Amino acid sequence: MTPAPFPVDVRAVRKTFRRKNGETVEALAGVSFAARARTLTALVGPDGGGKTTLLRILAGLTPADSGGVRVLGLDVAAAPQAVQARIGYMPQRFGLYEDLTVQQNLDLYADLHGVDGAAREQACARLLAMMALTPFTGRLAGKLSGGMKQKLGLACTLVRAPALLLLDEPTVGVDPLSRRELWEIVRRLVRDDALTAVVSTSYLDEAGFCDHTVALHRGVVLAEGAPGEIAAQAAGRVFLATPAAETNARALQARLFQSRDVADAVPEAGKVRVVARTPNAPENAPDTTFAAAQPRFEDGFMLLFDAVADGRAVQSVPAGRAGNAPGNAAPNPVEVRDLVRRFGDFTAVDHVSFQVRRGEIYGLLGPNGAGKSTTFRMLCGLLPASAGSLRVAGADLRRARAGAREKLGYVAQKFSLYGDLSVDENLDFFASAYGLRGHRKRARIAWAKEQFNLDAMASLPAGQLPGGYKQRLAMAAALLHEPEILFLDEATSGADPMARRAFWARIAALAEAGVTVIVTTHFMEEAEYCDRVLIMDGGVALAEGSPAEIRARALPGQDAPTMEAAFISIIETARKTGRAQA
Amino acid sequence: MTPLPSLRRVLALTRKESWQILRDPVSVAIGVAMPLLMLILFGYGLSFDIRHLPVAVVVEHASPESGGILAALRLSPYFRVHPATSMQEAERLMTAHEVNAIVRLPPHFSRDVALGDAALLVTVNATDANNARIALNYTRGAIAIWQQKELARRSASADSEATVVIENRMWFNEANDSTWFLVPGLIVLVMTLIGALLTSTVIAREWERGTFEALFATPVRPGEILASKTLPYFVMGMAGLALSVAGSRFLFGVPLRGSPWLLTLISSLYLLVTLGLGLTISSLTKSQFLANQIAFLSTFLPAFMLSGFMFDIRSMPLWLQGVTHVFPARYFVSSLQTLFLAGDVWPVLLPNMAVLAGMAALLMAMAGKTVRKRIE
Repeated sequence: MTPAPFPVDVRAVRKTFRRKNGETVEALAGVSFAARARTLTALVGPDGGGKTTLLRILAGLTPADSGGVRVLGLDVAAAPQAVQARIGYMPQRFGLYEDLTVQQNLDLYADLHGVDGAAREQACARLLAMMALTPFTGRLAGKLSGGMKQKLGLACTLVRAPALLLLDEPTVGVDPLSRRELWEIVRRLVRDDALTAVVSTSYLDEAGFCDHTVALHRGVVLAEGAPGEIAAQAAGRVFLATPAAETNARALQARLFQSRDVADAVPEAGKVRVVARTPNAPENAPDTTFAAAQPRFEDGFMLLFDAVADGRAVQSVPAGRAGNAPGNAAPNPVEVRDLVRRFGDFTAVDHVSFQVRRGEIYGLLGPNGAGKSTTFRMLCGLLPASAGSLRVAGADLRRARAGAREKLGYVAQKFSLYGDLSVDENLDFFASAYGLRGHRKRARIAWAKEQFNLDAMASLPAGQLPGGYKQRLAMAAALLHEPEILFLDEATSGADPMARRAFWARIAALAEAGVTVIVTTHFMEEAEYCDRVLIMDGGVALAEGSPAEIRARALPGQDAPTMEAAFISIIETARKTGRAQA
Repeated sequence: MTPLPSLRRVLALTRKESWQILRDPVSVAIGVAMPLLMLILFGYGLSFDIRHLPVAVVVEHASPESGGILAALRLSPYFRVHPATSMQEAERLMTAHEVNAIVRLPPHFSRDVALGDAALLVTVNATDANNARIALNYTRGAIAIWQQKELARRSASADSEATVVIENRMWFNEANDSTWFLVPGLIVLVMTLIGALLTSTVIAREWERGTFEALFATPVRPGEILASKTLPYFVMGMAGLALSVAGSRFLFGVPLRGSPWLLTLISSLYLLVTLGLGLTISSLTKSQFLANQIAFLSTFLPAFMLSGFMFDIRSMPLWLQGVTHVFPARYFVSSLQTLFLAGDVWPVLLPNMAVLAGMAALLMAMAGKTVRKRIE
């Protein structure tokens, strides 16, 4: 059998799902694409674009309604078992057996794929070394960090050297360091092992690593081509805007993002990267200097996407904390001094101190296991501190937790609303839980539904909301009682680029209205939206300051380094000098 | 082109499943601790036997005969005797719940005995009908024993021929120990717990934890997954059987009158039925909680209530008797009671085995149909 020139060949594939409430959703509406042998193809696009469905069809797990799917020269619909015997597929949640050790997981997949003898020993040793998991073979998979789990999942997928590798959003929830390592591994496999890989991602910067990209949106292919070709779409329309002296990048970004001339605007290294809808710089930004910039994949993609998107929902002033005079509140709503949290003899947070000012957006950054979430839980009064002082909204959290809780809103990393209650019922419940009654309760619920565009979904069970709406509802519920401080834990993890931009526009507007916002995030470019950030690793605070200060301090001499480069440099330097144990 | 079924994949999956069972304290508790606990609970605690039954004895005219009966009741471990001088006094004791039964010896009792025409009155508190029947039978038994002795004494002294024929029947358990009767039921409960309740979560768990998607994308076949889910739990169920039988034998001396091989065979059939049911439920619901609830309602409760283990099927209303035929536990309980207390009674065992085998085949086929490598 000669190897097929196109290991993946998809023609006019359609797939429709039926939701529980009877409505049908067209996940794929006639998708065609091909992946050339020994290349890395990225499926890029927002949530609900059909990426996962397409990969499941390729893996023979979901049958297509119509159209032709050939994988490695085989018809998937006719011979799914034969296809599965030759591919490696890593689903979004790989689903390791968490009660089995690293080695037992790997052995299971080796057995399932029929790899034994010397080949097996060699493959295991090589993969464990490649994933840097060799020291952890005896550890239970459930006790690994997020990044390590993904690497183990990849190792299980690769144990039989598949002819085709299918990866579904392999880097969701993975910190920047592990993300970089994962991509290096995949690229090396394609280069050195003659592998063909199809990877789905909603992180646009990752598409730049690939040979070929397929942009999926609402079940159709929006564009296809090499990353350079997609980038070229935005040629001559990308500008770097430098904010005037008295304003900052975030304010400028918020203003530009609402401009009719602008397809996309994101803060970048103290400036704002703008993709214009026409080849001219936007006009409604006086005192701002625009410099032409080299287009990147993201720019081209956002321009393509902008052409088909139906308007963007950005709130003007969502907070409405009118009755709260600024003088009433403490100048520093959050004050943390020498905060320590121990679990047994393990110190998760080790003497961390910081202050957050009123109306500030404050970011807690760090790799998986840095102690961000532990710090966060202590700030929200969900976990008692072992030592140190902790004042939130003027109340000492170690003494008066209930008093402080009334003044803070919390959006958890995991969707934590009631999936079987409707949007209205969830809002009603949370309003009551926060003690709202009568007229004020009705007014706040009406406000939340209007601000977050939830009216159209009001009667839908929360569990059936599309991803972006779930997050909106979670935020709406957290803001019902007009908290002074809003805590957001990895709120944008797994969200697509459009949802993330809308999310940050909302956060910025809240901060303008005087709400103090504390966020954790894995996306370093998102740190640019923060006024100040704290970088942690191994429970220790490594650096604090504005994004510009952090960049300048971490990589002096470099011209406008990215936040991600600065972050990786800070963590790696600290790990080398032993300030933080990995 | 399609890869053939592979024993090696089955073994790999079975090993994985076994590791998971061993690392899950709940599985181990249900598989090992549960049979032991139930054995001890049923053996020592839960029992239909009555001991120290408080009984008032009204002796209206003291005589050697009345003294003999009084002594017989006093010496029996089953009674605690409250002597009373009048019926009124005894009735007061009964209303105050101080005694559950009254034995009244009429004034001319010894004369009647001599005439061979004696009658005595036994009154029992029948609020709890079951207990009342047991109390009545025990009293009968005790008096019958006295009568036998009395007869033997007389025939020895007077050489006269026995004039009274004594019919001595222990209705509730001829072995005089309800443990013998409870052990078969215990085995049914243990097998149902392991077979249906434990396995009801194993497929749902893989759906909930998202482990199936990666597994499905390997060459593994649905039949292999099913086999790997059946094997470890089958072994566990048989171990539970061995533990229960050994425990009942050595702790309580319950005999096994039938063949151990037949016991193993019938238990295997029942275990396959419950495994098939548990796996089908698990695979259809895809939710651990729901699967567990359904398994509890559809297997454990019927095994307890409708199998003839606790309540005699023949004393149920006719429609309910019909319903019991749907549940496999009924056939298993009947087989076990026969095997333990009677022996290899083929006319009882064969039809039961046929029904169980049919159910096992049907449910395993159903489980096989529901496990499909599909994600919708």
